[in-house]
Order: sequence, then C-alpha cells, then structure tokens
Amino acid sequence: MEIIEILFAASFWAAAVRIASPLIFATLGELICERAGVLNLGIEGIMVAGAFAGWMAVYSGTGLWMGVCVAMIVGMLFGTVHSILTVPFGLSQHVVGLGVTLLATSSTYFAYRLALPEVTSPPKINSFQPFEIPILSEIPLIGPALFLQTPFTYLAFALVVVVAFVLYLTPLGLAVRAAGENPAAIAAQGLSVTKIRMGAVIVGSGFMAMGGAFLTMSAFDSFFFEMVNGRGWICIALVVFGSWRPGKALLGAVLFAAFDALQIRVQQTSFGSQVPYQIFLMMPYVLSIMALVVMSRRAEVPAALMVPFNKGER
Amino acid sequence: MRLEPINNPSLARSLVPPTIALGATIVFASLLAMVAGANPFSVFGLILSGALGSKFAILETLNRATPLIFTGLAAAVAFRAKFWNIGAEAQLYAGALLTVLLGTGLLPWPSIALLPTLAVFAILAGATLLLVPALLKTRYGVDEVVTTLLFNFIFLLFISLLLEGPIKDPMGMGWPKSARVISEARLPRLVDGLRLHWGFSLAIFSAICIWIIQTRSTLGYEMRAVGLNKQAAAFAGIPVNIVLVKTALLSGGLAALAGFSEVSGLKGSLTLDLSPGFGYTGIIVAMLALLHPLGVIVAALFVAGIFVGADSMSRAADVPTYLADIMLATALLFMVLAIMLTRFRVVRD
Repeated sequence: MEIIEILFAASFWAAAVRIASPLIFATLGELICERAGVLNLGIEGIMVAGAFAGWMAVYSGTGLWMGVCVAMIVGMLFGTVHSILTVPFGLSQHVVGLGVTLLATSSTYFAYRLALPEVTSPPKINSFQPFEIPILSEIPLIGPALFLQTPFTYLAFALVVVVAFVLYLTPLGLAVRAAGENPAAIAAQGLSVTKIRMGAVIVGSGFMAMGGAFLTMSAFDSFFFEMVNGRGWICIALVVFGSWRPGKALLGAVLFAAFDALQIRVQQTSFGSQVPYQIFLMMPYVLSIMALVVMSRRAEVPAALMVPFNKGER
Repeated sequence: MRLEPINNPSLARSLVPPTIALGATIVFASLLAMVAGANPFSVFGLILSGALGSKFAILETLNRATPLIFTGLAAAVAFRAKFWNIGAEAQLYAGALLTVLLGTGLLPWPSIALLPTLAVFAILAGATLLLVPALLKTRYGVDEVVTTLLFNFIFLLFISLLLEGPIKDPMGMGWPKSARVISEARLPRLVDGLRLHWGFSLAIFSAICIWIIQTRSTLGYEMRAVGLNKQAAAFAGIPVNIVLVKTALLSGGLAALAGFSEVSGLKGSLTLDLSPGFGYTGIIVAMLALLHPLGVIVAALFVAGIFVGADSMSRAADVPTYLADIMLATALLFMVLAIMLTRFRVVRD
C-alpha cells in the first residue's frame, strides 16, 4: 500500500530524475569512450576529481557554469593521460584505468587537504537552484519531475540528444563508432584511429567529471570524501545495460535512479524500518550486477573494445 | 607513430626505461611536495627514515607489507591469466569474517589445530566469494572487473550489517566491532617482544608456493597460456573456463589470507577499518612486481615502506599523506609504460 503511495508522489519522480542526472553524464562519457573502443576505468576517479574541481572553483569565486567548465577541463586532463597511455601506446586498459582512478582520487584528496588544511566540515557553496519551466511544470506527476529541476539536470537531458545526434547522424559519429567496430577500415579511409580514439576518451572523461560536479554543485552543495561511492562503476554497468546506445542508457539511468529513490523511501516506512539499512544500501550494486547478467548475453559489444590498434600490425 | 617489437633487447634497453620511470615519479612527487610548501629533499628523507629509520619503523613496514603480499599475490595470480579480480578487498573481509566467526570461542581447540583450520576456512570463504564473478564470467560472459568491484561495496555493507547486529561485541561500548578472538586463535609473534607475527612468514611461504605452482605445475602453465592467448589455449586443448575458475579460487583464497593474518596476527577483532584499501593497493603491488610472485614480496615491502614513511612524514612536514598514494599511482602508470618500451620501439611514420 505504502509503495503505491510512494510511486504516485510527484516528489518521488522528481527525486528519481535528480538522482539519475550525474549518472547520465558519466554514463554518456563512458559510452563515448567504449564506442570508440576504449574501456575507461578511470571513471570513478575522474568523477571524484570533477566533483572537487567544480565545487572548489565556485568556492573560490567563479560562477556556477564556470565551475562546470573547470570540472570538465580537469576531467579532460585525466582523460588525456588515460588516452595517451592506452591509445598510441596500447597499454592495458584495465591497468591504466585503475591507475588513473587512483591518481585522480589521491590528487583530489591531496588538493583538498592543501586547500582546506584545518576544516572539520567542508564549506558550502550556493549550488544550482531548481528552475521552473512555466506551464509544463504544472502537469501532474511528470511536471515537477521533468520541468522543475536545476539547469544542470536539463543539461544532462540535452546532452543525451546531442550525443545521440552526433553519434548516429554525423560523419564524426560514424568515425567514432567505426573506430570501436573496425579500426582497420578507418585507417584504410585515411583517417587516424589514434586521433579519433584519443578525442573520444578526452571528451568522454570531460562528461564523467561533469557527472561528478553535479554531485557537489546541484545534488548537494559541498564536497565529501567517498561521495562518488561507486557511482562510476555503476555507470559502466549502465553502459552495458543500455547496449551502448545513448537513449537506452538514459532509460537505464532513470530506471536505476527510480529504484534508488524507492529504496530510500521504503526505508522510512513501517516495513522498511525493520530491515537493516545496509540491505537497502546494497540494492543499487546488486541491481547493477543483475542488469549486467541479464544484458550481457544479448549485448552488442563494440567489436574492437579493448583491442589496441597498431598501424602496420596485421 | 607506431610500435615495433624488438627481438633481442639490449641490456640498456631493458634497464633505461624503468630507471627513467622511477626518476620521473620522484621528480613528480618532488614538485607536489614543493606545491605543498615543503623541501622535497627533506620530504624524501622523512619518508625514508619513517619507513626504515628505527627498529620500530622497520617492524611497522614489515607488518604493513604482510597483507599487501597476500593481496598482491591474489592480483598477480589472477592477472597472469587475464582474470581481472579487483575484489580482493571483499575477499580479505571474507577471510577476516570466518576467522572471527570460528575463532572467538566456537572451536575451543589448541592453537596447533585451530590456526590451520581458521586459515583453511578463510581461504574457502575468499575463494567462494570470487567464485560468483568467475562463474558469471565463464557462463554468461559478464565482465569480472565490474562485478568484483561492485561486490566490494556489497560485501562491506554486509560486514557492516553483521558488525551492528549478529556479531557485534556486547562488551564493545557500542562500537561496531566484533568480539576478540581467543588467545589460541592468535598467530604468535616471530620474536618475543616484537610486534611482527607469523603472518609475515606465511606470506613469504605463500609467495614461494605460488612461484612453484606457476613455474613447475601444469596449472601454472595453463594459467599462463590462457592469459597469453585464450583462443590458442583452447585450440591446444586447455579447458579455458576451468582454468579461469581455478585461478579465481586461488586468487580469492590468497586475498582472504590477508584478512586472516590481519585479524589473527595483528588486530584480534574485526572492524570496518580493518583494511585501509589493502585489496586495491595489492593491484599496484602486483603490477610493480610485473606479476612475479617473488617480486610481489619486494614490491609489497616498497609500497608498505612508502605508506609507513609518508604517515610519519606527513606529521613532521605538514604535507598531506595522500602524497604516498599519488606517488604509487604515478609509479604504476610510468612503470607499465616503461616495461612496454623495453620490448617495443616507437617508430615515426
């Protein structure tokens, strides 16, 4: 009974969209990398770096959108490191990815301690506020969910459209997809597989960092250690769940977030309070694994994913 | 640019890139130390003396290296077969959990019987935990990187649940910690009066065993073959999936021994901060050791030394201790690049 009440509350769907937003950015970022043939396990660390960079920029006095840009640039920097090592040098994408996650996370914590040596609780910033889209936001149930969010969330949805458009309807997108499916064909066309893949990883990493920045600049208004908390790994599962398609990945992220919003609310019901809270906290991770199991069988994995391309090698 | 394999690398070819990688790491860390407002020479001096400067410091480094040898071996064994077990953290806690469940009085046996039993059950727990991702990989083709990573979060929450409920110590003043294991379940110290325990010898012994398995047994040969080329291994009649599952069991068991050794040898009880990321650091240890089991011992000592040294450096020089993590991450990235450059030549088009 209580579940039905929860599902028909506008605040529930608004929360689901809010929780989905950082996942949408990071999932799109990972999707672009993987479509070009590179698995980017740096995602978790890049999200941490983005969360810190955006928040720190705003705390030091820049505007909110400037903060988003700073986060994106920091993400692209780590993406550059990742792409140089994995693309032209063809090093193990697993090892480099984990290395980049470690590098990004520890550099962030190092920078945090340097910037704020003696604070016990991190300072707050004036984060993005909900922006009401007139008329549309008055639609029952979906109005507040879709049209009473912060501008950062609107950007997430816009980005899905842009990425889908570029990926499927432009020559650039064709080149990116081909780099992940059949790089030799790209090289035969006279295009540089190296440049396409590096570009995809760098741009994708920028999006991941924006996902992190959403946490500190829109979902919350402060930076905490461990705040990304495995969201990056979940996004890798979401890419598989979405069969490497932006639209399906968006659907996956929103479904996942709805489930997350639901477990938070069930926790507070009379039934939920009898169950240890850790069970609820486990749910997102369990769900991700289940999604992977269900989808992995029929997934259309990019054929050249994790296969380095070395010209002249036949 | 493209890469060309070198057939007979010269001695200089094998030594120069790793040396440059090490140097570059030190230069990078020095720059960061300067950013933090400290003199890099004194920072490295403090790290060195913090890790090796006194009897206490050396013992602390050896103690810190013990779990890292186990988790490093766990990663080295798995990665050799290209099975990406990133879940050593969870397997470590699985081992620790079994040690606490059986070692707090359930089995009132003498040490000579109890300690091996605990170790065996810890190994079984870790192996079982990794069996799930291994089977998901071999049966359904689910990527083990993501599943083992997600299992870390699930299992730590599970431990947290147990520590706040069924296995919470009633005498623990409300802290989420388990009861202490009985004295028969404690690993004795190597030398009386010093903090170093038998877990360290067990770690060295395990490394030697793994080295023998890898170089002298059929399984070791099969694991290498699967890691080098799955299709070729299958073509040669090696049961690839069975080898992968065996690798996973071995790897999970090794990581679990770290948990056993930490509880039984050092801490005596289970808490949520039993491991400050030993499972993840083990991956770096394994990579720095080039996946060689005996190299893991050296790499674990090196990594442990950096961490222990950085802790005391941080207190003395006011540089954040995360400098150690940054150094290890850069060392890892530079090193994998350097190792590749010992075997390939970069050619311009």
